[in-house]
Formats: sequence, C-alpha cells, structure tokens
Amino acid sequence: MEILTYLIPISLFLGGLGLLGFFWMLKKGQFDDPDGDANRILRTDYDDAPKP
Amino acid sequence: MTAEALPRPAVCPACVVPLPDMPLTDAPVEGHIILSLPTIHCAACISAVERGLADAPGIRTARVNLSLKRVTVDADPDVTPDHLVVRLAAIGYEAHELDPSLLSDARGDITGKNLLMRLAVAGFAMMNVMLLSVAVWAGAEAATRDLMHWISAMIALPTIAFSAQPFFKNGWSALRVGRLNMDVPISLAILLAGAMSLFETMQSGEHAYFDAALSLTFFLLAGRYLDHRTRASARSAAQELAALEVPRALKMVDGVEVLTPVAELAVGDVIVVKPGTRMPVDGLILTGESEIDRAFLTGESLPAYVGPDTPTSAGEINLTGPLTIKVTAPSKESALHRIADLVALAENSRNKYTSLADRAAAIYAPGVHLLAAIAFVVWFVISQDLRLSLNIAIAVLIITCPCALGLAVPAVTTAASGRLYRKGVLLKNATALERLAEIDTVIFDKTGTLTLGTPTLNQPESYATRDLKLAIALARHSAHPLAQALAALAQTNLPDVTDVTEVPGRGIEAKLNGERVRLGRASWVGAPPSQQTATTLQIGEAPPVSFTFSDQIRPGMTALMAELDQMGFDIHLITGDADAAAQDIADRLGIQNVTANALPEDKLNIINKLAQSGHKTLMVGDGLNDTGALTAAHVSISPASAIDAARVASDIVILGRDFSPLSDCIKTARSARARIKENFGLAAVYNMIAVPFALLGFATPLMAALAMSASSITVTLNAWRVR
Repeated sequence: MEILTYLIPISLFLGGLGLLGFFWMLKKGQFDDPDGDANRILRTDYDDAPKP
Repeated sequence: MTAEALPRPAVCPACVVPLPDMPLTDAPVEGHIILSLPTIHCAACISAVERGLADAPGIRTARVNLSLKRVTVDADPDVTPDHLVVRLAAIGYEAHELDPSLLSDARGDITGKNLLMRLAVAGFAMMNVMLLSVAVWAGAEAATRDLMHWISAMIALPTIAFSAQPFFKNGWSALRVGRLNMDVPISLAILLAGAMSLFETMQSGEHAYFDAALSLTFFLLAGRYLDHRTRASARSAAQELAALEVPRALKMVDGVEVLTPVAELAVGDVIVVKPGTRMPVDGLILTGESEIDRAFLTGESLPAYVGPDTPTSAGEINLTGPLTIKVTAPSKESALHRIADLVALAENSRNKYTSLADRAAAIYAPGVHLLAAIAFVVWFVISQDLRLSLNIAIAVLIITCPCALGLAVPAVTTAASGRLYRKGVLLKNATALERLAEIDTVIFDKTGTLTLGTPTLNQPESYATRDLKLAIALARHSAHPLAQALAALAQTNLPDVTDVTEVPGRGIEAKLNGERVRLGRASWVGAPPSQQTATTLQIGEAPPVSFTFSDQIRPGMTALMAELDQMGFDIHLITGDADAAAQDIADRLGIQNVTANALPEDKLNIINKLAQSGHKTLMVGDGLNDTGALTAAHVSISPASAIDAARVASDIVILGRDFSPLSDCIKTARSARARIKENFGLAAVYNMIAVPFALLGFATPLMAALAMSASSITVTLNAWRVR
C-alpha cells in the first residue's frame, strides 16, 4: 500500500495541471465562440503553412 | 436603455446571479469597432469577412465571432464604421454598426466565466474525492480509511470555500432580510456536511460526506450555470437590438453640420433632422416644414403636419422635409427616456410574481429543516448520544438536499429557450415561460404589431392606368411612406415628369408636358379631407384623384388568430388609432373586442381591469404608448421592430417579421411548465425513498452519492422532453 503515497500526489498533481490548463483557456477566451471554433477548423486558409 | 441598464429588483435572492467584481462596460476604446453580421453562418463566411477587412487600410485586426454573429475590428481612429459596412456590403455581407457601450459582453461574459471556473474546480475536486471514496466504500479500514478521509478533507474544504460561494452569498442575503430561499438549505447542507465530515475524520469515524458535499456543489453549480447561459444569450441578443441604434445627431456648429453623439447634446444646441430619420431629442422646430410619424408614440397611423414653433418629441420620425430643431431637453431627459425610466422603476407584475421554484422552496426549505430537527430530537431522546443524533440529522439534510430541485427549473428553461431561440424568440425574463403558460387573454396593439406599419395601396387595379403611372412617377421622388408604397408598385412606361420639387409637409409638384401635376395632402391640392390614409393626385386643374391606403397585416397573423381562437383565448385589439382604421383591421382578422382612440393610460386601465377580474393577460405591442400596458400585463411580447423602451418593458421579443412563432411560444411554455412540475414530482419521489433510510440512521455516503447523481440525471433527461 506504500505505493499510494506516491500515486495519490501524482494523480492530484496531474489533475491540477488539467485544471490550470482549463483556467488558462477560460482566460484566453477560448470558450467565447464555440460555433466559430467548430467552423474555423474547416477553413483551408492555413493548410500549407502556419498562420503568419 | 438596455436590458443591462435595468437591474431587476431581487425577486428571489437565489435568482440573482452574483455580480462581477469589475465594471462591465468601460468607455469604448478609440478605434474599436463592433459590427453585427446577421447573415454569416459558415467557415467560408468567417474567412471572407476577416480577409476582406484585414486588407482594408488602417485595420489592425478583425476577428469574427460566429456564435454572436459579430466582428470586432481593431482599427486606426480615422477608420469609420460606415466605411467598413460599405466594404462588407461590397463582398456580399450585410453589416450593421453596434454601439459598444451598450454591449456588456463586448469584453467577454465575466459572470459566466466566474461560474464556469467555480464549476470546474468543483468538478475536479468531486472526481478526485469520489476516487478516494471508492476505496473507502470498497472496504478500506482503520489507518487507510483515515488517510483517504484526510486527503479528501484537504481537497474538499478549500473547494467548498471557493466553489460554493454563490450559494452562501445568496442564502445569506435571504436570511438577512428574514426570508428563506432554496440557497439556505443548500448552504446549510454543504457547510454541515463539510463540518461533520471533518469532525468524523478527526475522530477516525466511519462515514465522511466530503464527496456528497462536493457533488452537491457541482450539480447545483451546473444548474446555476445553465440558468446563467440561457439568460445571458437572450440578454446579449436583446442588447444587440438596442446597440443597433447608434445614437448620433447632426449638430450645427458655426453653420457646419457635425456628427455628434446624442448624449453630448445640450439644451439650446441646434440640430438638423433629415427626412427619414428619428428625432433624437425633444425640441422646438426653428425652420423647415415636414410631416412627422408619431405612430411609435401614439399609435396614430396618419402622419401629422409640422412647421416652425411646433414642439417635437424624441422618437418621432421626420418624413418629408429637413428640419432644424432647437434642443429643449437633453437626451437623458427627453420624453422618450422619461417614459422608459418610468417603466424601469414601475413596480410591475413580474416583480410580484412568485416563480414555481420559489414556491417549491417556500414549502421545501422549512420542511427539510423541521425534519432534520425532529430526527435530531427523537434520536437524542432514544440514544442519549449527541454525536450519533447530530450525524443522523445532518445525513437527513444531505440526503434531502435539492440537487434535483436545483436542476429542475434551469434544465427545463434551458431546453425550452434554446428551442424558442432557434425559432427567433428571445426570452428576456427568467419566469416569462411560467407566466406565459398561465394566460387566458391576448391583447394586441394595432400599428406595428398586427400590421407592419407600412401602408399599401388599396386595389391598384381600380385606378385609371394614366393616373396610377403618373402618381408612381411622382412618388419616386419622395421618402414619404405613402409615396414609397406607390413607388414600390412595379410599373413600366412611366410618364416623364420634369421640374420635380418636393414641398415639405405637403407633397410633390412637377410638370408633365408643361402642365402642373401635384401629388400630396388633400388640403394642399384642394380636395376634401379623407378619413382614410390617402394621398391625392391632381393633373392641371382637373378634379383630384384620391389614392387610399391601408396598413399591411403582418405575415402569419391570420393563421395565428385562428390558432389562438382555437386555443380558447379572448382576443382584444386596443389602439390609439382612429375607429375606421382599427375596425378595418379587426374585421380582416376576425377580432371581436376592439377599442380605438385609446390613450396610453386607457390601455393600462383596460389591462388592470382585466387583471382585477381574474384574467391573466398577454400584451403584444411595439410603441411607446404601449409600454405602460406591456409592463402591467401578466406577460408581454414585442416585435424586434418595436421601439427600444417597449422591448425593454416586454418579457419576450420576437425577432422575425412573421409572428407565427407566438403560438409555438405558448405551447412550449405550457409544455415547459408541465416538465418543471414533473421534475419537482421526481425530486419528491427520490426524497420519499431516501428520507426514511436517513431518518432510521441507515444512510451512508455511498447512498447519498447514488441518490444525488441518479435524481439529477433523471431530471435533466426529463427536461429535454420539452416540445
């Protein structure tokens, strides 16, 4: 059972990382336009090269 | 006036979404332009608009928001919105300028983000604690169990302190004024569950309810967030309607016309009002003659003649000639704003309305607390064990805590308003659906509501072709609504008229083969005045010909009337217009109860009288003269074309020209009310099963978790059955 002393902190840390990622996305406004994002992926504008 | 500027008095503290910490609207940034793009719908549209704007000189960035159908442009200060509108029109997109100061969500929905953040934290904590709890449920013993409980406590307690704040705040604000709402038992259950579990953990106890406290917080926050989303999207659409009317006026400064924001106009300023535009402020006419359309203020469909020294009010539309006006009241104090403010302050029916959720809370909250108290007393008398009796009392509170009750209403309103939104119906008020389900009487305004407010020529084929063609040829030179109606008739081989001059306020005069021809007011061409909406044509000195017009009925109205009639509603028509015009429309639509020449107060009185005799009224109107009635009615609807104050006063706004969604609206409202009641029933059934276990002391954290999740899911699924 000693393994738990490592596993529990690790799982909490990884989960916390996800949570921080979510906060960052929220702050950056990535949930402001769900319809737009769903459509933007279908554009062909930047298929060949990344956005300048 | 916007919906945002209208803080609804707190009917129930539970319904007040926590206010964001920072002010929503800063002064609009210079060079920051927001345009509404009603026609965009796909990836190609996004690319076309963004590329089309990015290529324009002076533009730094352009970003389309497809969900809101808007584009936000960051540009140099010398780029004007009109310029961009023209540019977008050239590539095939309809665009309208929006006033950024009226859009509270221009910088993102802060309250929504706040709730979402709390929801995410609660979800994260709930899942982790649930995992640890599985170990306990699976039979972890002694030290292992204590370890799990301690880790759970370390996750749960800070999370509760952060995520459950909205409930604590609302619960406290209700308690402070000596009332109980749904948030009081919620807060109490969460707090007691946390405290009792911590105590049990310290005592190496068997049961800790950290997971229950967290899942309660999570599910209830989800309900709260759904509720907020529904209202925020309706509110942002309503604000967009208001923001479309960018308030600017042409001010005369040293003999030059300068475009000035209406808010900056002061008493004594002189402004120019061009034909076809709305008066921005109250004023007195200095020079110019014209006809003005007062339909929005009084419901009259006939334009009135005005000349120098006539006072005018904000909201009237100048029809024919340019007018110079001396401002007599600044925009904030104009008659239009005063009425709008009165409406905002007036105590109206919806503030007195107790929603189903409030009624449920009023029965439920004291009941639960009483039950917990009884459990405590009985167990203490039987066992003389303080810790055991407290544990059982708290278990009762946790088990009965209204997860399902918290979701019962928002899940249904979200489903229903999403459905109505797709049909072009905006629900502005949270309880609008419930109130709409109760109505038995429908009252319509005439001009602009039953009718489109645009006149059409009666029986064009009954006029001599020569007269009609000449009238059309003349009408093409005027912006007057009757002239526009004539000009809209497709005709070929129009006669050539020369020397066309528009005599403001009177009509058009021109020459046809050297002979004088005139089209305009009856009194001007020397014909007897007509009772109907009419314009008169005179060729030379020949007897004048009168063209009569009637208002066009809104599409879908006839079918709607039949449907409303079939559903058994009493239908009334109340208008400020003259008898003949009102009766004509009533006959065409088959409305029995007609009141014409009604002043705004008369409309209000009729509604109040109906309310006193026990009727629940739905008022449908669009003008300033309707705002009192819209506010007083049990529930109110206005078309998107309505004046700003009327839209603010009404609960529901129908976006299209077609009014047929109105009957769907009523059906959906009834279906939604049925689902809400079913949801309350479901929640009650869960409690009836779970409460005996809790009272007898058999409740375990596992049971609480199962009951909570199962009831929440059932309630949400049931909500999607709304039709």
